[in-house]
Amino acid sequence: MTTATAHAPKDQSQAELERRMLRQMLLIRHFEEKAAEAYALGKIGGFCHLYIGQEAVAVGSLAALRDDDYVISSYREHGQALVRGISAGAVMAELFGKATGCSKGKGGSMHLFDAEKRFMGGHGIVGGHVPLGAGIGFAIKYKGGNQVCICYFGEAAVNIGAFHETLNMASVYHLPVIFCCENNRYGMGTAFERVAAVTDVAEHACSYDMAAEFVNGMDALAVYAATQRAVERARKGGHPTLLEVRTYRFMGHSMSDPLHGVYRTKDEVEEQKKRDPISQLALKLKEDGALDQAGLDALDAEVRAEVEEAVKFADASPDPDPGELTTHVVAD
Amino acid sequence: MPTLTYRDALNQALREEMQRDAYVFLMGEEVGVYQGAYKVSRGLLEEFGPTRVVDTPIAELGFAGIGVGAAMAGLRPVIEFMTWNFAVLALDQIVNSAAKLLYESGGQFPIPIVFRGPNGAALQLGAQHSQAWESWLSHIPGLKVVAPATPADAKGLLKSAIRDNNPVIVLEGEMLYNTKGEVPEGEYVVPIGRADVKRAGRDVTLICHSKTVAVALKAAEQLAEQEGVSAEVVDLRSLRPLDEAAITASVAKTNRAVVVEEGWPHCGIGAQVVDVIQREAFDHLDAPVLRVTQADVPMPYNRQLERLAKPSPDKVVAAARRVLYLD
Repeated sequence: MTTATAHAPKDQSQAELERRMLRQMLLIRHFEEKAAEAYALGKIGGFCHLYIGQEAVAVGSLAALRDDDYVISSYREHGQALVRGISAGAVMAELFGKATGCSKGKGGSMHLFDAEKRFMGGHGIVGGHVPLGAGIGFAIKYKGGNQVCICYFGEAAVNIGAFHETLNMASVYHLPVIFCCENNRYGMGTAFERVAAVTDVAEHACSYDMAAEFVNGMDALAVYAATQRAVERARKGGHPTLLEVRTYRFMGHSMSDPLHGVYRTKDEVEEQKKRDPISQLALKLKEDGALDQAGLDALDAEVRAEVEEAVKFADASPDPDPGELTTHVVAD
Repeated sequence: MPTLTYRDALNQALREEMQRDAYVFLMGEEVGVYQGAYKVSRGLLEEFGPTRVVDTPIAELGFAGIGVGAAMAGLRPVIEFMTWNFAVLALDQIVNSAAKLLYESGGQFPIPIVFRGPNGAALQLGAQHSQAWESWLSHIPGLKVVAPATPADAKGLLKSAIRDNNPVIVLEGEMLYNTKGEVPEGEYVVPIGRADVKRAGRDVTLICHSKTVAVALKAAEQLAEQEGVSAEVVDLRSLRPLDEAAITASVAKTNRAVVVEEGWPHCGIGAQVVDVIQREAFDHLDAPVLRVTQADVPMPYNRQLERLAKPSPDKVVAAARRVLYLD
């Protein structure tokens, strides 16, 4: 078994990485399920956009980043916030609008922030944060750092002018930014092909002389590998990349939207669920002998307990003090 | 004290702040190689290089957003719009990103950024290039808005804006860039939020800002010469925060006021000033407060029609006569 021994360290670390990814995906899944429950109970208000089905995108891509890299996202950002290391309690408390939330209860589901973790938000205007991602890349380059910024947005943002203005400038200025388009095929209830002349998002990169890749967004390892390549491009040469990560949301656009809606069929959703990124990675770990059913059950139970704790924490946390109404309008 | 143009006073402020703080950079259309559409950035590319004086494509939304992102990550951007008419394309970044990030992040992300450029009408540029945006911008919590009228104020307020940890809108004027005045050398800052009495008087207060300060000063001269009326000219300088104490103090003294602005009348800056006066100086008033604004129309091209649309010393004199019951 000398061969196996020789490969053991690498295999072990690979299996560890995959187990960590599986755990993170399970955490997002169960977190979002609980968020849906809490929303139905009226504990979460306003808009709430769930990430169920898209877990592999956040998990795979963020595994390729360092702690000192920057992350910015749209309003469907619970998953990235959790993977980035904001505690489930702080994220859930923010959804509940509590003072202990990661934005002190003043941001809500769409505006999660954590400056220390370089989690630069949670932004609510479709495509509006894409230039911010490039600006963070600009600051990295200006200061002479070798960090990168990853900027997540949905395919609907590709029809916004800000996307095109930003890709052009990111390319002209050689900014270390990874534009990660999570193509889940629907902008709210509108199928992308009904409103986009070019439906392969990655092709837009040609217009801006930018590297691009199509990625299977239901495969965390594929997302990881593609992001690693993009990170290397950004760190070494300051070259941006457009990743089109093809994924699917199993839930509605937001909590006000039925699971399937009138814009897609139940059969389509069920068909897509066969590509569930969590079962796929769990199956791989089992086939590799890196995780058995008991191990998977234990992991699942551990994550469920973490989410339960998060809900308890959010429930028990106080509302912001009324005085918080007028703080943080202007900085000192 | 040296005499400088308004343009050169702004240039001096930019140069001094860029020398003082390596994280201050200038970005916008034509700021580098072309030396500025109105030459405000003359010589800066040569002194500071292309990393700190950054030419952009004509993409206001995009480069305003790049500025905000850079501010999130610790830089202190100065974003120049060729004019505020074009900055309308960038309002999403100014209103939804720059103004809100501190609040919605629970205080984690101050945005120290300056958005600056000429505002209001010049001469015969037509409707799309002749607009005053201050009431739109001053409406937004999270922004500060300044509108200097003189070269000294331009220098002092721009320096304060660059040092401020919030997004600050600096409204300049095409017709002001060539005007001259004494400007203190070196360290000279004008605090944001402080109005300035540009001419002291007893009988009526003329409240103005930016280009209408010159209009009000001419009107005050005419009133003194023709009517023997002593008008006080209060230059707001900052529109958000507004120096309510200075407005109130002057009206308490003169008991009458006229508010002069370049913008349209409906929901204009003057409406806000009138709110301050009726709230804080109601008992001091001897007449209703009147306003002189741009006519409530898109700006016409024709020279005579344009003149009719703009605030003028004659219009201010007429309004002052009415609040003094001289007619």
